Amino acid sequence: MDWSFPPEAEEFRNEVKAFIAEHLTEDVISSTHDGTIHNWEFHQKIAERGWLGGAVPSELGGGGKSAIEMAVMIEELQLAGAPIDGMGVAIVVASVVLELGNDHLKETLVPKLLSGETLVSFGYTEPDSGSDVAAAQTRAVRDGNEWVINGQKMWTTMAHIADYVLLLTRTNPDVPKHKGLTFFIVPLNAEGIEIQPVHTMGTERSNATFYDDVRIGDEWRIGEVDGGWEIMKAALKYERGIAGGQFPSPPLIDAFIEYAQSTTTPDGSSIIENPVVRERIVRALIDVEVCRGFAYNTAFLASEGVMFGVEGSMTKLFASESYKKHSKWFIDMAGADGLLYLGEEDAPVGGVIDEHFRHAPVTTIYGGTSEISRNLIAEGLLGLPRTR
Amino acid sequence: MYLRLSPDEESIKDIFVSFFDAECSIERVRNAEESGFDATAWERFIETGGPGMCLPESCGGGGADLTTAAIVANLLGTYVAPIPFIEHVVAARLLASLDQSNANLPLLATGEMIGSLALQSLHDSTSAIVPAGAIANYIIGLRGEEIVVAENTIDASPLRNTANLPIARHNFDDAIVIASGEEAHNAYLRAKSEWKALMAVALTGLGRKAVDIGVGYAKERYQFGVLIGSFQGIQHGFATSITNVEGSHFLSSRAIAALEEGADNSAQLTGMAFLFASEAALDAAATSLQYHGGYGFAEEYDIQLYYRRAKGWPLQLGDPGLEYQHIANLCLSKEGVV
Repeated sequence: MDWSFPPEAEEFRNEVKAFIAEHLTEDVISSTHDGTIHNWEFHQKIAERGWLGGAVPSELGGGGKSAIEMAVMIEELQLAGAPIDGMGVAIVVASVVLELGNDHLKETLVPKLLSGETLVSFGYTEPDSGSDVAAAQTRAVRDGNEWVINGQKMWTTMAHIADYVLLLTRTNPDVPKHKGLTFFIVPLNAEGIEIQPVHTMGTERSNATFYDDVRIGDEWRIGEVDGGWEIMKAALKYERGIAGGQFPSPPLIDAFIEYAQSTTTPDGSSIIENPVVRERIVRALIDVEVCRGFAYNTAFLASEGVMFGVEGSMTKLFASESYKKHSKWFIDMAGADGLLYLGEEDAPVGGVIDEHFRHAPVTTIYGGTSEISRNLIAEGLLGLPRTR
Repeated sequence: MYLRLSPDEESIKDIFVSFFDAECSIERVRNAEESGFDATAWERFIETGGPGMCLPESCGGGGADLTTAAIVANLLGTYVAPIPFIEHVVAARLLASLDQSNANLPLLATGEMIGSLALQSLHDSTSAIVPAGAIANYIIGLRGEEIVVAENTIDASPLRNTANLPIARHNFDDAIVIASGEEAHNAYLRAKSEWKALMAVALTGLGRKAVDIGVGYAKERYQFGVLIGSFQGIQHGFATSITNVEGSHFLSSRAIAALEEGADNSAQLTGMAFLFASEAALDAAATSLQYHGGYGFAEEYDIQLYYRRAKGWPLQLGDPGLEYQHIANLCLSKEGVV
């Protein structure tokens, strides 16, 4: 086994680090604290470097960044705590459109996505279907060359700043659930769409979106009628390696170490000298190294053209579950001060410890809950019977 | 970056799979429970060239690197094999790094002499439990700044223990000093890191096999009219355990690579791999044992052999809490994470 990175990936890592040092300013990070997890300026700087287009597979006309280089970029951006949700969305949607979209979608969307001018929100989840995503009930009915859409989506995060929604709809209710789905890319300025904020305990703002007799032309359909599951699979395919989520803990660990080194307890010692604190920090650092192993493995598999599944589930499960554990440890070890909100006077490291504690629970839910991940691992890796 | 075994490594693995299948079957492991050592298996192991394969050719060894040792260590864990491969390899490599012309090296290279490493720092007139101490006749330790050797210690009495390991207590009062100074000290620390890294690999093999055993049972055992493997409560426990074991696999493999290339962070990474693998293996064995129900507790079922070794093997190093503190000292300074 050879864990070394090719020289071009190492060079690229340095380039990404330099980019972060220059562009990931305090302002960029604090701009995401109002609940919008996206920063346009930072996103467009990434686009200007050609990294969004670079991440699109070259067989689709993308810019030839290797899977390993992409992994390096995603790693460095996460270690620095950069807002990258928009980046993942842009790359995934552009790739899906390039592979399976019509000319209208390719021309309308791809250039603007890859230049960082526009975003697409994911519209999969509904009030009654989360993990069971294929049970979507939002209806799309054909009317001549148009489609009429009625229904509701939940967790259409970033819809309030995006121009489009990648919408999963039911076009045939009379066949098994996976076989009656169709995807559209719907302009969010279409008449009949309402976006309502969903405020979360993590301070991130998400949205519920409502579709009331929304009429769009057939040119906004992506993939075959009733062939939506193929689009879903393609989106999942391109999400692999791009989606991030492998390194949620390092910004928290860095912040906590800074706090522990600079804070004195009543007996005059600094928090960092406490052996219990030291053990917890080491345990968290070990978990991050484990995440590296998982992340590098999926990058390697992607570089070999392997369509991995279970490996991604394990990565996501381990990274998010360990992050949630760390967020609990570190708020405990900051004591009552750890409770203080972002920006509160004398809050430890500005209040980010509390922010991580409130954010962490969503990471074991979105993008596939831990329970779904465990189901997939039990079935796919261990050969245990499917129970759903 | 290439994260599979190379074709050459695959053929090495095949050779040792044949060896372990033939000489370290679970029946043989059980037969060796009293002493923790299967002398016949070691003799056959000698025939494979295993004991010396990771020594320099100039010392009569096979010239292979730690990556190759890791292939064997992984199988050692899978089979919970009662042979002192890890201790022997790291002790012999340590001696080779200190004194290439030492007369005992050829004997260690063939495996006629069994080497081991005292893992605790030694002090005057205290004794320490040594891995493979009941069967090794060349034990290297660190006493202050001196590297000392206790030879021909084979008469040390074995001690009954949690995991039926061939451990024994030795005192090093009469030990011979073979090296001293900073370089020798560093060589000893390096050997200890090699032990930790290879142990992490072995524990990964152990953990994976423990999950396999439990999953196999869950695919045969019916309760309430269905296979217990169909219960999500059981599926999810296995899924969590195998995820930890996979994580342990990647981390221990990275630790071996870091040691092999002499990376700056190799001491941290090996300690981390060791600690994580220790917990992952015990979790895997404990989970698997639990899902056996009462049978898991019975001697007749194999899972208890894995459970006990998952604790016994790594604990030979000492309290893992101290290892966490050691890693903390390596990673944390006033200036931050290094």
